[in-house]
Order: sequence, then structure tokens, then C-alpha cells
Amino acid sequence: MIEPRLKIATCSLAGCFGCHMSLLDLDERLFDLAERVELDRSPLTDIKELGECDVGLVEGGVCNAENVHTLIEFRARCKILVAIGACALNGGVPAMRNQYDLKECLEESYVRGMGLVNAQIPSDPEIPLLLNKVHPIHEVVKIDYSLPGCPPSADTIWTFINELLSGQAIALSYRQIHYD
Amino acid sequence: MAESSMLTETIRDIVQHHGGMPTRLLQILRDVQDRLTWLSPETLERVAEELSISPNKVRSVAEFYSFLYTTPRGRYDILFSDNITDRMLGNRELLHYLCSRLKVSIGETRADGLVTVGTTSCTGMCDQGPAALVNGYTLTRLNPSRLDGIANLIESRIPLAEWPRELFEVYSNLRRADILLGRHFADGSALRAGLKRGPEAIMEEMVKSGLRGQGGAGFGSAAKWISCRNAPGNVKYVVCNADEGEPGTFKDRVLMQDFADLVFEGMTLCGRVIGAQHGFVYLRGEYRYMLNPLKAILQRRREAGLLGEAILGDASFNFDIEIHLGAGAYVCGEESALIESLEGKHGVPRIRPPFPTTHGYLNKPTVVNNVETFAAAAKIAVEGGDWFASRGTAQSKGTKLLSVSGDCERPGIYEYPFGITVHQVLEDCGAHDAQGIQMAGPAGHMISAQQFGRRICFEDLATGGSFMVFDQKRDILDGVRNFAHFFVHESCGFCTPCRVGTSLMRDLIDKVHTGHGTRYDLEEMCKLGRIMQAGCHCGLGQTAPNPVLDSLDQFPEAYERRLRSTAYEPAFDLNAALEEARQLTGRSDPGAYLNEEDLLVGAMP
Repeated sequence: MIEPRLKIATCSLAGCFGCHMSLLDLDERLFDLAERVELDRSPLTDIKELGECDVGLVEGGVCNAENVHTLIEFRARCKILVAIGACALNGGVPAMRNQYDLKECLEESYVRGMGLVNAQIPSDPEIPLLLNKVHPIHEVVKIDYSLPGCPPSADTIWTFINELLSGQAIALSYRQIHYD
Repeated sequence: MAESSMLTETIRDIVQHHGGMPTRLLQILRDVQDRLTWLSPETLERVAEELSISPNKVRSVAEFYSFLYTTPRGRYDILFSDNITDRMLGNRELLHYLCSRLKVSIGETRADGLVTVGTTSCTGMCDQGPAALVNGYTLTRLNPSRLDGIANLIESRIPLAEWPRELFEVYSNLRRADILLGRHFADGSALRAGLKRGPEAIMEEMVKSGLRGQGGAGFGSAAKWISCRNAPGNVKYVVCNADEGEPGTFKDRVLMQDFADLVFEGMTLCGRVIGAQHGFVYLRGEYRYMLNPLKAILQRRREAGLLGEAILGDASFNFDIEIHLGAGAYVCGEESALIESLEGKHGVPRIRPPFPTTHGYLNKPTVVNNVETFAAAAKIAVEGGDWFASRGTAQSKGTKLLSVSGDCERPGIYEYPFGITVHQVLEDCGAHDAQGIQMAGPAGHMISAQQFGRRICFEDLATGGSFMVFDQKRDILDGVRNFAHFFVHESCGFCTPCRVGTSLMRDLIDKVHTGHGTRYDLEEMCKLGRIMQAGCHCGLGQTAPNPVLDSLDQFPEAYERRLRSTAYEPAFDLNAALEEARQLTGRSDPGAYLNEEDLLVGAMP
């Protein structure tokens, strides 16, 4: 009898997709993975609607209203939610804007930027509104696991997913989660 | 050009007055700031030039200490003491009142440059608050009418020296004296006993007395003196730690104010025993008002032959004392950080061992003792070790000064033999309705009424002397929150568990305090607290989580009645976090809001 495959969803909030690139760096191991899991909503599948999942992998911090919606939906639909990479854990590079007011940030890009015509702060309802600060995802929902790194290496992700799927306690070697 | 050469002139004078010594950098910067009201980048460069040290070193010191300003301040600089005991006495209302009278925002300098109003950590006036500092000088018992007077003095630009003296009056409030403060002490008697009986005999008496460090750590004082005496080298130092920064403690202030001779005599005696010729008193910046009176006492002692060259006519007995004024840094109460500060650096704790008794000030053998310890040592030299050991318990000999404040009828200084119960102290100070006590300050322990039978001594409840009473009307979490903010401000930033841990703890306690916490947050606080206890570099960080951990244990109901029933709550108000963007874009469509009900109902596992 074939065991039902576990369902995994992934998303990138305020991140650079670097963690997803690291996931793709699993290379030939992706074939092994594909036998054991089924990808649900993910930039890699282009599925738009999130189904009920076993594991959600979240890259990136929370910088706008859409991120909040996505993250809360992931929390609601995924049994285990994992923060992957520096931005999800701490806000990372996008959070460097936190030392400025939102007004200063937007004016720098959209009002004082070079070569602008009809300079103005965009207000189209289709564009998600920015939060005044960028937050790590654990400040918005409860997180079950955090995988540090910028990005975590493919090896780290592989070890983590394997051990999680096999139901054992996660044990990562020093080099897999430390960067000193 | 003329202005810049005047600046150079001013700084050169001050640096020369301090002998051009880089170890006096902190004192130099204090004096320069007194003249110029703040330390501009140009000023700091001139100071570095005059001392021939790197400008970065000067900047690092200027930026470390709370009372040194690297941005312009008002001619009148007012800092309200913001300890929980000041808050109990209504300091926040008074702060807002003065700000509105002077038309200035908290922490900002008024456009005309006349005045700045802000807050600072506990100034050690808990028994006569709400208190504040004006240009570093202590103001006590503030109330609206006193503030009216102060506002008028400022608006009329009356020099501080001409302000009414009663604004600056500091009471001793000595409520109970025992063997240390209760018996007359004749100046010079400890030194005469020391000379007559010799250093070995004095050390023997110290051993017999069982005296332990009265700052709270409780290390054996005799062992410290002996270790320093036996350390190799001819140049040794005696340092008196009067950097009484633990919120709620003010007993060293009273000792320095009323019993300075006893303290100086204890230091001089220590110098004789360990073979040191130089002593420092590290006086916390908040006690600046005592600097000149203390200098006068030192001068009187020199004239009386009790200090300086050939003390009591003995050509081999030379010892002098210098007062070093701190500049608002709690961490400098830790002895190795204090030594760093004495050396003119920013006050970051050293890695120990080696300990100061072998590698202290300028890496020379150094005894660092608390004010009260030196006072007790002087008495022991006169009255003998057995006399001292006749009071107290098996492992805590003698007496302890308690600084009692908060909700009681008679706040002030109480001297008790070690072993006194908390219950007895409460009865004596007139605290009839106590809910809990913060013992030994925020870094100490919070205890609830079930534990009032415990004894104050090293075997049970150790303390440096702070004793803050919370009655039934108080919200324990107000205190915990005040302490969490205090530790964020006072963390020196050297190690990550403390620098980051104190901030995370503050955020979590704020979240719970404002009614957004869940049980998950309480678990996070416990986890974080344990990491800080295990991972921080010095005692500040290791003890910083104590108020949270103790209150979770002793006053769980204070937390529980605030908790949300959900398993998890965001750390911030999601919808409010969009307000700025709504304003900037003028949007009011549905997508411009994050409605908590829509988002979270059924969302969490």
C-alpha cells in the first residue's frame, strides 16, 4: 500500500526568494523529496489556493497587509509552521527600513527618486499597504520551528525536512545552523 | 576662529586641572560639560587632542554614560527619577505637569535652549520622592507647588546657586540604629587602634567579625583584604563602591551624608592593612550634591592628621582619598566595571578571574568594598571582631542597613541585626497592608505575603539593602514593567543575551501588561529568563529576569487576569501598524484595514 504523501506549502513574504533557491539547491534530492511529499501552494507550483497542509515553510518577514493575510492563512491551514531564513526569523534586510519612518522610505523612492515623472506615493488599492515596521513572523503567528541562515543551506533544509518527516527530534549539526 | 580658540583654552584648563591624566577622562568630560552644557563632536576632539588619546576612545566614554550629553541640552536640565517608588508617589503626573508649564516635550530641549525635561533611573531618594535632578543636583519631595516655583525660577533664568535651599534639602530619615550607627564613633579611634595593634591583629579581628560584603554579594571581607595584602607588588589601591545604583536603595547615601568619617576611616584602615597609599570613593553621579561637602571632610581629616602624609605622626603611614564622580551607569556598581570607569573608560565588566584583589585598578591589587563594609570595618577595629559577631546569625554576622520605601508610614533607614524577619521590618516601618516586597532591588527577589516569615540574611534572603513595599492597592505588574524597562536602559550592550534579552523581556511584559499576552508569552518569558540567567556576562544580565520570574512564581494571578484566552496573540496591533500608510496614501478601501476578528477567528491551531 502506498502511504499518503505529506503535504507541504511554501511562501515568500518580505524576502528575496533566496531561501527558495536554497530549497532548489537540493538538486537530485528533489526527486527523493517528490516521492515523499506533495507540494501544495508554493511559488514552485503556482497553486494559488492554499489547502490543508502538514507543513508550511515561510520565507521572509512581514512588511505589508498581504503578508499578514498570507501568514495567518498559512498558520490556519498548516499543522506545523516553519520560519526559514534570517528575514522570517528577525526581519532581515527588509527590516533595515525600521530605523526610518515609513514616510521617509516612501518619499525616498517615490517622491525624491531619480527620473520620476509625476512623483507621488502610490495609492492604488491593488497594492498592499505597508506596515509601519517590518516584523519577524513569530510576532504575528505562533511558529513551531525556526531555521536560521541567509539562506539556510540545502543540506540544512534537507536534514530538517527528513528528520521532520520521519518524526524524530530535529538534530542539526553545528555547521548547519551556525555561521561563525 | 576666536570661538574655537576659546574652546581649546577652556578644555586645556580643565585637562591641566586634572593633571592631563587619561584615567581622569570621565571627570574631565563632566567638568567640560558643566561649562558648555553638552559635548559637541568638536569638544570631544579637543579633549582627545589635549590628552593625546584617540578621539574614538573619548567618544565611546561620552556616549556610554547617561549624564554625558552628545546632543545639545537646555541650560536647565531636569531629570525626574523614574523608579517604581517615584511612580507610586505620582511622579508621572508631576512630570507632565512641569512639561506643560514649561511648554516642552519629555526628553526634548525647548527651542530657546533654556530647558530640557526627561527621566532617569532611581536617584536614591525613594524615602522622600518624587525626586529629580536639576543639572545633576538633587531635588526632593516634589509636588505641584514646588514645581510652580521651579518653573518660575527657570523662566526667570535664576542661576541654580540662587535657588531656595529647601528645594535641595535631603533628609536622612534614620529610623532605627543598631551597633553600627547607634554608638558614638570618635574620629581617628580606628586608626589609633590599627597603629597600636598592627595590621595582623586588625586582620584577625576582621576574620573573627565574619564581616561580609554589604553591597549584597556577601563575599568575606577579611578574605578580600588578606588576598590583596598577600598579592605581589608595592602599589595597591582601596576603592569604596558608593555607586549605589540598585533601585530602592539609599543607605550608602545616608552613610556618606552623615557618617562619612566612619567610611573614610574604614578605607584608611584598609590602606594600612593591605599596604595601599591611595584610595578612591566612586560616588554615583546622582549624589553629586555631596561632592563638595565630602571634599571638605577629606580636607578636615588631612588637617587633623587622619589622612595624607604621616597619618597620626607615623612616617610610614601615608594614605589619601580621591573622590571620583560617576555619570549615571548602573552597571558601574559591578566592581570590575567600576574599576574600568575609574580608569577613564566606559564601564563594561571585565572577565574574571583574575579578580581585583590581584588585578584591579590599573591592574594593581585592589580592594573594592561597599560603603557600609568600610564603615563596619572601622567599628570592628575599635570594638573588636567578637563584638560585631555577637549580632546576627551563624553565617551573617553583625547588622544590615535597610533602605525601606514604598507603601509604608515611615520610609527611611533601618539598621537591624542579620536574621530579622521581613514581617518585623514591615511592622516597624508601618506597612500594614503589604502585598509583596521587592527585596534587594530589581536584581533581587520579589516575595509575597506567604514568605514574610523569611529572614534577612545570607542564609535566606540576601540583600544589598533595598526594601520596597507594595501594598494591596498596587498592581505588581506595574513594578515588574518598570524594572524591565530599567534593565533595558542600564544594559551596557557588551553581551548579546543581556542586550537583546532585556529588550525582548520588556516587549513581552509590555504585551502582557496591555492585555495582549497569552499563556504562550508567559512560557516565552520563562525560557528567555533562563537563557539570560545562564548566558549573560555579568550579574546585571543574570539577575535582570528576576522580577519577571519571581512575580510569575509568586503573583501568578497578576498575570492571569490579563491573559487572552487565545493560544497566541500578535506582538503588536496589526491594524494600527497600517495607520501611517493609510495616512500617506489616503486609502480607506477594505484592503487598507486588518480587522482582528476577520483575521484571527479560527485561524490558530
